[in-house]
Amino acid sequence: MPRIGTDEWVEQQELRTEYYTGLTAPARRAFDRVGPGPRFFAFLAICAAFPFLTDSPFLIRVGVNVLLFALLALGLNIVVGWAGLLDLGYIAFYGFGAYMYAWVSSSQFDVHLPTELAIPLVVTASALLGLLLGLPSWRLVGDYLAITTLFFAQIFVELALNLDRINLPWRDQPLDLTGGPNGIPGLDPMRILTIDFLQTRDYFFLLLVVFALVVVGLYYVNESRTGRGWRASREDPLAAELMTTPVNRLKLLAFAMGAAIAGLTGSIFAAVQTGVFPQNFEVTLLIMIYAALILGGAGSISGAVLGAVIVASVPEILRTPENARLLFYAALVAVLVATVRPWQRLAAVAAATVVFGVAVHELVSLAWPAGDEGASAGGSLGWLLDSWILVPAEHQDTIGNVGFVLMVAGLLALTVLGGDRRLVVLVPTIYLAAFVWENRLIAQPSVTRQLLFGALLVAMMTRRPHGLLGTPRVENPI
Amino acid sequence: MAALLELRTLSKSFGGLLCIDHLDLRVGEGEIVSVIGPNGAGKTTLFNLITGVYEPDGGEIVFDGRNIVGLEPHRITNLGIARTFQTLRLFLNMTVKENVTAATYGKTKARVWQSALRTPFARREEREVDALAEEKLAFFGTRLAGYRMQQPAYSLSYANRRRLEIARATGTSPRLLLLDEPAAGMNPVETHEMTELIGRLRREGGYTILVIEHDMHVVEGISDRVVALDHGVKIAEGTFDQVATDPRVVEAYLGVKATREEPEGP
Repeated sequence: MPRIGTDEWVEQQELRTEYYTGLTAPARRAFDRVGPGPRFFAFLAICAAFPFLTDSPFLIRVGVNVLLFALLALGLNIVVGWAGLLDLGYIAFYGFGAYMYAWVSSSQFDVHLPTELAIPLVVTASALLGLLLGLPSWRLVGDYLAITTLFFAQIFVELALNLDRINLPWRDQPLDLTGGPNGIPGLDPMRILTIDFLQTRDYFFLLLVVFALVVVGLYYVNESRTGRGWRASREDPLAAELMTTPVNRLKLLAFAMGAAIAGLTGSIFAAVQTGVFPQNFEVTLLIMIYAALILGGAGSISGAVLGAVIVASVPEILRTPENARLLFYAALVAVLVATVRPWQRLAAVAAATVVFGVAVHELVSLAWPAGDEGASAGGSLGWLLDSWILVPAEHQDTIGNVGFVLMVAGLLALTVLGGDRRLVVLVPTIYLAAFVWENRLIAQPSVTRQLLFGALLVAMMTRRPHGLLGTPRVENPI
Repeated sequence: MAALLELRTLSKSFGGLLCIDHLDLRVGEGEIVSVIGPNGAGKTTLFNLITGVYEPDGGEIVFDGRNIVGLEPHRITNLGIARTFQTLRLFLNMTVKENVTAATYGKTKARVWQSALRTPFARREEREVDALAEEKLAFFGTRLAGYRMQQPAYSLSYANRRRLEIARATGTSPRLLLLDEPAAGMNPVETHEMTELIGRLRREGGYTILVIEHDMHVVEGISDRVVALDHGVKIAEGTFDQVATDPRVVEAYLGVKATREEPEGP
């Protein structure tokens, strides 16, 4: 064997490869073996079963929102995740699609196109708008592109608000294009072939079909020359250009495809809502779409979907205190399981927390009986919590606030301590967190909801800075 | 020998600085030509002009009988001129194999909708591209083949990154390879390997090669012809021995001995 050009390390790599270890290893290996196709079909099957499991219009509506979010995140992923262009004008395409659908399917201009014609029209128009608004990306990158495109998002809302009295020289009446702040109500429901879409449930299935087609299409595009071209231009535009990739053309293509998906989603949203209003397309929504994409992992299809599911459903779950409590304790346990290793240590912490709580509970009950006579919140965890957590009957707010300060101190201490001392502080901090939760936060659901959702996002992003399903990236050392 | 690349009175200046000054250069089909010169001589600018990164102020660049001045860089590469970068510019977060398949963009034709629907044409093209990438990587032996093909490029060692730069350039199926300091930063064993590799690129790959190199052992080992540049002007051209002993080249690299001007004697 010639010495030059060979590499022993490569030949031995089979032996060196580290496979999954620990309790979850068999499950993770099985997950790898299944492959992306069957995994996606399993996900679709669960989604398709969802409307049959519940009759609640509210839950169906949440399901519709999740799918709308997922489609928006997938479209944004093309521009931001793959092509690496920071596009803050994305929301304008969503709004444009919705308004465009309204123009061709309402009494605004008395145009009622069949849905089979309206949707292709909306998608084409959105894609063309994408091409146009993508042009600045030829010269601008990064932050500069971001502020330019943010301007497009803002101007869209302004136009939607103000294009209701346009004076045209050849018309006697001013032209009402957008309905101003009142928007355009009373849109036609969709009708595709012979299927009428009357209920929210019908739109759920329509969205699911669109979602499935978009995911499959995007998966294949990502694996193709176009996907590689996008990623290459994101990594290094000059090198990509010199390796035969027409970078500028691919940037426009990314903008157009993202806009097409956003426009399509917008038209379905408009039909579900049977109306379009300027406040539906504000920058807050844009930030939520970005949150979904970044949380899930920009550049990953499954990540965009997972992020959308979390961002669209968790705030809804947190609406009821009972669910919020379940989620709080589940998150607490999940964080402990994920961070405390090995399992013997985890078991010790769990046991110590239970013992600590029961001991505190008993001691306080003996010393100050009123300390545990407050109203228990009850619920499915009530019987477990009643003999563990303290709920004082008097001065609940003051004691709760003190507990809050102590908990923050405990959390701060946890960040600086190491080794065994950390474990010692961990136990009372967990107890304090539960105490504050039961005494203060659960009493104010609207604040709690925001707080818990924010904390969840912070916790998840700290654990996985590249997103839940994203891949860690290195930056080009140029 | 027919000229594959011919530069005619090529000039480029940045502001008042004349980087390339009326340069003429011929590279024949199948030749290996080295460009040497001290720092700032205009070597990399020359590559940037040929590949279309900069547009020349004057002169012609004729490749395979066609003036390529003013074409977009991706078109120039597609005509058959591929380069590597002195400061490595790999697609670090893509796999080793993807780095090469990404370079086949210009030689493939599948439209987006064909890829999205995975038509038989798109699938066949993907298979061809895949096979091509494996073939190009196999040229480098086990350095880049095997499991490494599926690893991200950032996991490669420095020398392997340099090799991947060359593999990626060959992925565009070029006729002319421009190598910008392929042996920079390599240890003696790796440098020796690179010298062999450049020879093999011509012998087995059939590429014509224009190379910028500072390591004189490499230049001596590979070159049919050596061109020396200084301040954008060609100061010497010929075999390695001719150029290496040319007094103007020695002067460009080392300067002139400080001597007092002697009055001309009778």
